[in-house]
Amino acid sequence: MASLVGSRVERKEDKRFLTGKGRYTSDINIANQTYAVFIRSPHARAKIKKIDTSKALKSSGVVDILTGEHIAKDKIGGLIAGWAIRSEDGSEMKCPANPPLAKDSVNFVGDPVAVVFAETLDEAKSAAELVKVDYKVLKAVTNLNDAMKSDAIHDGIEKNLCYDWLLGDRQKVKEAFDKADKIIKLDIINNRLIPNAMEPRACVIDYNTASEEITCYTTSQNPHLSRLIMSAFGGVAPENKLRVVAPDVGGGFGSKINLYNEEIVCSWASKKIERPIKWVAERTESFLTDTHGRDHITHAELAVTNDGKFLGFKNETIANLGAYARVFGTVTPTYLFGPCATGVYIMPAAYSNVKAVYTNTAPVDAYRGAGRPEATYTIERIVDKAAMELGIDPIEIRMKNFPTEFPFKQTLVHQVDSGDYVAGLNKAKEMSDYNGFAARKKKSEAAGKLRGIGVTSYFEACGIAPSPVVMMLGCGVGLWESAEVRFNPTGQVTVYTGSHSHGQSHQTTFAQIAADELGVPIENIDVVHGDTDKGTFGMGTYGSRSLTVGGIAIVNACKKIVNKGKKIAAKMLEASPDDVEFKDGEFVVAKSNKKKTIGEVAFASYLPGVRDEVKSPLPEGEEPGLIESSFFDPANFSFPAGSHICEVEIDPDTGHVKLDKYTAVDDFGTIVNPLIVEGQVHGGLAQGIGQALCENAQYDESGQLITASYMDYTMPRADDLPDFNLGFTCTKATTNPLGVKGCGEAGTIAATPTVMNAVINALGGKEISLPATAEKVWNACKELKKSNAKAA
Amino acid sequence: MKTFNYHSAKDVKEASKLASSNSAFLAGGMTTLPSMKLGLASYKDIIDIKRIKKLSGIKVSGKTVTIGATTKHAEVANSKEVKKAIPSLAALAEGIGDPQVRNRGTIGGSIANNDPAADYPSACIALNATIHTNNRKIDAEKFFRGMFETSLKSSEIIEAIEFDIPQKSSYQKLPNPASRYAIVGVYVAKHKTGINVGVTGAKSCVYNDKDLSGALSNNFSSSAIDNVKVSTSGMNSDIHASAEYRANMVKVFAKKAVDAC
Repeated sequence: MASLVGSRVERKEDKRFLTGKGRYTSDINIANQTYAVFIRSPHARAKIKKIDTSKALKSSGVVDILTGEHIAKDKIGGLIAGWAIRSEDGSEMKCPANPPLAKDSVNFVGDPVAVVFAETLDEAKSAAELVKVDYKVLKAVTNLNDAMKSDAIHDGIEKNLCYDWLLGDRQKVKEAFDKADKIIKLDIINNRLIPNAMEPRACVIDYNTASEEITCYTTSQNPHLSRLIMSAFGGVAPENKLRVVAPDVGGGFGSKINLYNEEIVCSWASKKIERPIKWVAERTESFLTDTHGRDHITHAELAVTNDGKFLGFKNETIANLGAYARVFGTVTPTYLFGPCATGVYIMPAAYSNVKAVYTNTAPVDAYRGAGRPEATYTIERIVDKAAMELGIDPIEIRMKNFPTEFPFKQTLVHQVDSGDYVAGLNKAKEMSDYNGFAARKKKSEAAGKLRGIGVTSYFEACGIAPSPVVMMLGCGVGLWESAEVRFNPTGQVTVYTGSHSHGQSHQTTFAQIAADELGVPIENIDVVHGDTDKGTFGMGTYGSRSLTVGGIAIVNACKKIVNKGKKIAAKMLEASPDDVEFKDGEFVVAKSNKKKTIGEVAFASYLPGVRDEVKSPLPEGEEPGLIESSFFDPANFSFPAGSHICEVEIDPDTGHVKLDKYTAVDDFGTIVNPLIVEGQVHGGLAQGIGQALCENAQYDESGQLITASYMDYTMPRADDLPDFNLGFTCTKATTNPLGVKGCGEAGTIAATPTVMNAVINALGGKEISLPATAEKVWNACKELKKSNAKAA
Repeated sequence: MKTFNYHSAKDVKEASKLASSNSAFLAGGMTTLPSMKLGLASYKDIIDIKRIKKLSGIKVSGKTVTIGATTKHAEVANSKEVKKAIPSLAALAEGIGDPQVRNRGTIGGSIANNDPAADYPSACIALNATIHTNNRKIDAEKFFRGMFETSLKSSEIIEAIEFDIPQKSSYQKLPNPASRYAIVGVYVAKHKTGINVGVTGAKSCVYNDKDLSGALSNNFSSSAIDNVKVSTSGMNSDIHASAEYRANMVKVFAKKAVDAC
């Protein structure tokens, strides 16, 4: 039987997703449900003086209106940061309370203060307009640069500083810088992004008054984690009385890792009003209240020799947490960012220092890539600047500093198990026709256009685990993953996974893996996820961890099935288990033609007897059934890597940047399904390119989000993108039996610096900040023209 | 959305009679409906004029193209007659919004709304349009009065828009990267009687740029514009384009339009 791992199996999900038959949270309706509408702060920072609901309560169809007072009275807990980060001076990070409904103060536009439940959505909306909230408006802190000098937003958090974190050795870095021929300096902004999942957040709550069980259907990347937080920290209900289901979810990109205010409030309220509740975010609510991404200001320095060897690196960053610290909010700009900031290079000395600050803006958390795009942008921009200042080709300077032996001990944390950075960059160079660039540039110039080429080499630490490491770094939970594999008596298989698919196609990929392990046709394998009442437990999907952690749990559970099956087959075939081999779905006794299929073994395991005889196929001591589970905790992160090269053409008259060519060469280790991986790379690239050329969340001075709709927030569109030229190299991961590394975030990580390097190359090295919008580029073109005229 | 009375008018007379200071005519609903849904507008009466047959259709004579008010953008874009008589007008219609918008949105709705970034108003200016209403004819130059403001009275209904067929013309637009509305849209048309440069997106209301048309009258080539200085005075400024950038783009896109004529 041919292996399915590595083949372009069409997605099992296609039928329902491409024909509009998906079943999303907002498709779920419970008889007798009420509709929730949240009343949100229109101010970025204010004290709540009074909330008057009297008029609204009398409005047609209103069932109840609840406020922060009610939720405080019932002692319902708030939202939390999942990682405890320590400052350089050893002190603990400082996090404010984040109640599900604000009681005393609001801290960003969109912060919920009350909620209306009514018989219809229109009635709930009308009543919400009648709720009068009396605010004392305070001066908002919105400028990241000034946040540490501004008023403290939260009582007791001086300078609005959550932590001042250091990774690395300042003294060693100083010594390295003292020896340098040249210091390259760079100031950059990593622009704030809004994730914009196609499906807005939603929840439907069904409280069973008899069993006192709450079922929460929600848009989550990790339903088990949501249940854990809602139970342990929210105190909404004990875990056994709380079922969280995340059915089809239309994209997360990190924004659906968090448990949000609305899920806690509606779960608590459903019990209180003894009615089911439905809440679906409007798009404006998504813009205002989904966790945002990125938002750093960085000063970086690279110490180099004249011939382009790197000696040391400094990374001084201010990271915006927004108003509150959320689940991955504190770790994204530290352990997911700092270690990767030295990139794919041998860097004898380095440190990353990050000050995370609070501002009166939406909370910032993990967004596709989470920390690693910011890190890669920093190092890859400064490496390009070094190449330019030293007069060295951008590919040559990278090659000079690549490690060539693996495992490679990366400067700050990671032990990179495998990789071949030289091969990846060489392949990208060839596929992109790097050597033909000069001719293409001439041609563009003849047409009055500027042309630039950009290179990026990246690695990332993903497959987020292992538990002992992440917990040592401050994570509040272990980041293993679990799976359960069940044979039915008639031979079909159900795979339960703790990973969650919100676009990643696990139903296909995971079935491919199980099909190979068990020798069962893929049609007979179903993958079930997203329901805390089904399967074992799960830590969810983020950080490109589904396959490298969750997928391996499936492999290991399958191996347990095969082991038990061997014993049963041996008994059935009257052979020693040691003589039974399993291959292509059959248990075969060595050097004989005696065999049983895995389906026959499964059947026998559930019917352990023969009529009129006391004879069982089960070996003594074995329990009936063929169900196994596994928890997998890998020995290390996984480390995908690659090199991307792109070319842009700029119209100096308008400043329009046309992305003309894009080549991506990635090493994801073993690829289970090339079709799906290519899709992941395409989507990742589009998001990374979006950050480089279009997307930019902007608040005004008073803290109003001025990009709160698609009229102003620029999403990348298909016609902004060229055909992507994809290539792959493969060095297998050594820390899991499949050799897989993860592919979900790579495109996003590499694309932003690749495009910006190309834009800045076209502008003759003139720095511009993210994103490279037309007016900025047009201004740069004008200045370039002036300076060229002067030089002439 | 607040509740309202819905009327489907069978003819223009009935529609006009139903109108009040608290009503809106509904054609494609591309602006009216989202405004109502967002709570930015509310009306007592919505008067649907889509079923009035007389208001839809395209007529081409020797000198003019007349387009009924409820004719959809897609119909203009795909009309063989329009493509032949004024290809730039069909191209403009093809560039409005997305397929969904083009199959709902109407020309009358677009100009009655007079969004500062809408495309059609520039065509009306450049092509010496006459706006036919149920009780008069209005020259385009007098029709567009200011931001979202026209000379229409509350019970007045646009029936058709009559465009002069120019000798040469082109519409070139710099779309807003997010919304794809015009940051700047420049419609250049050369008529026997003179040249018009209709500019949309740049200011609070569409206008005829006399400096540009003056320069082109002497010499209809893009180089004739090189020395024209487009003032930043009155130019819009937002997160996507400053007044200075817009002023420059008016010139750049005027040149593109002349080159494309």
